[in-house]
Amino acid sequence: MNVILSQNLKPERRKATQHDRLILAIIGYFMLTLLAVFCIFPFLLVVSSSLTEESAIVENGFQIFPTRFSLEAYQILFEFPTDMLKAYGVTISVTALGTLAGLFLTSMTAYVLARKDFKWRNIFSFFFFFTTLFSGGLVPWYLLIVNYLQLKDTLLVLVLPMLMNVFYIIVMKTFMSSIPEAIIESAKIDGAGDFQIYLRFILPLSKPALATIGLFIALAYWNDWYNALLFISNSDLMPLQYYLYRLLGNMDGMRKAMMESGAVVNFNIPTESLKMAMTVVATGPILLAYPFIQRYFVQGLTIGAVKG
Amino acid sequence: MRRSRGFWSDVKKYRTLLLMLVPGVLFFLLFAYIPMGGIVLAFKQFNYSGGIFGSPWNGFDNFRFFFNSGDAWRVTRNTALYNIAFIVVNNGLQIFAAILLFEVAGKWFRKITQTVMFLPYFISWVVVGAIAYNLFNYDVGTINMLLHKIGMDSIDIYNTAAYWPVILVLVSAWKALGYGTIMYLAAITSIDTEMYEAAEIDGANIFQRIRKITIPNLMPTVIILILLAIGNIFRGDFGMFYNMVGNNGLLFSSTDVIDTFVFRLLITSNEIGMSAAAGFYQSVLGFATIMLANYAVRKYDKDHALF
Repeated sequence: MNVILSQNLKPERRKATQHDRLILAIIGYFMLTLLAVFCIFPFLLVVSSSLTEESAIVENGFQIFPTRFSLEAYQILFEFPTDMLKAYGVTISVTALGTLAGLFLTSMTAYVLARKDFKWRNIFSFFFFFTTLFSGGLVPWYLLIVNYLQLKDTLLVLVLPMLMNVFYIIVMKTFMSSIPEAIIESAKIDGAGDFQIYLRFILPLSKPALATIGLFIALAYWNDWYNALLFISNSDLMPLQYYLYRLLGNMDGMRKAMMESGAVVNFNIPTESLKMAMTVVATGPILLAYPFIQRYFVQGLTIGAVKG
Repeated sequence: MRRSRGFWSDVKKYRTLLLMLVPGVLFFLLFAYIPMGGIVLAFKQFNYSGGIFGSPWNGFDNFRFFFNSGDAWRVTRNTALYNIAFIVVNNGLQIFAAILLFEVAGKWFRKITQTVMFLPYFISWVVVGAIAYNLFNYDVGTINMLLHKIGMDSIDIYNTAAYWPVILVLVSAWKALGYGTIMYLAAITSIDTEMYEAAEIDGANIFQRIRKITIPNLMPTVIILILLAIGNIFRGDFGMFYNMVGNNGLLFSSTDVIDTFVFRLLITSNEIGMSAAAGFYQSVLGFATIMLANYAVRKYDKDHALF
């Protein structure tokens, strides 16, 4: 298109345009490469550090390329992986449970709010929306969960508080509102009830939104450490991110635990590279899935940007 | 036809839909509305035997302590200043990156840079904390190693409050870059291409085109996103501050925000009443700014107001 347009211009104009274009291309490629390096550099640093021999880290610090390559940190992590596997198990169960339940409740709520013939949809929409404007703050919420619901040190406390999110309901509702009403009407004529319409017609038609919101929910559960920080002290119930958090802050305790469990026999645990290896292991599944799931998130941002 | 049969016939008519709302309504009643009632704690001397309702009232004592200690001003100022810095730097960088991505990039280059820039959005703040440790640690941190290489002394980043505003702004920019760039890129892509063609025929060069077409067309999106962000100016990102700084008291003067302060009072020092008071203060402040921001958005463009 640009080529055709340029041909309509006078020759000297065309030359000027091409000149500007070249300048912009140079600036653009340079700056974007710089920003991309800024974004990826820390990841490379962590991976490289996790693959460096501990003595080299102590001598030269963390480096962008391993000065002395070593898999020692990973060996120790995987030799006696009980704690790590437990943490993985907790995170996977919480993520699976939370995503399925959350997706079901979010979509069901959104469906009702998207039904244009539902008389009280505005009142209920406001009921949900108001919670994003005002809250009781951390303390009452914390006391409710700890003292009244008695959920401290349960698996449920890692799932329940994050189960529903108003933003996801709104995005889902916006998407469902764009489904032609004729579908609901004809289903009604065929004698389908409201719940059946949701289950048999609206859900299958909402697959793109379900995929996007489902991934947002799953990511939030996978990355959650906050609920564990507040409510979990039992080491059997620690999710992966919180396990990593503890390991970063309390290497001495970890060392002790590892020696007691027989994972290592001497004091020469590669502290620094082990921290970095654990970081890699905790992030790994996300990084592996990232190339495939990225586009759903991009989709979600653009649905969300349209807003309802 | 069915119109004036009253409330109960409506309930009957919508019974399935209402039943389908029950879990959601219960959820938000339990985790959002009931805690709002707990705000009374801000006016009480909390003890565990009395609980929320049995503890004795103490009027405005909690607030008096909170404001007289000087903490209120410090954490409010930090929260607001950090958020203002985040809004300016993050949006500036994101718009810059989006315009460049739209104008210059070849298909593959564009895909790869966008993918790489979006990556930090996906990792938890704990992992960001680990990265920070890698970069800033005194003994083995990357930055100090680089300083050694060029013959300079180590700097004690984790014990020097002055570095942290810069560090936190950079970290925030790093984590938010991809997300915002994609939003702005979507907005630029939706600009009518005829405008660009007309500009080209009129002999506008590419920089004039960006200045006279792309940026003005992007302005409504920018203004709305920024106004909405201003609405949240008194809400600190707890995950970020807590994982970057933790309970390192040496840094509190320049890093403590309302959210970390409330958390510490509750968990570390068990000052339930004062923590509730600080939380209530934040909620009221936040509510007021969101209402103001929404009012501003409404005035600017009714379609994009929150409500």
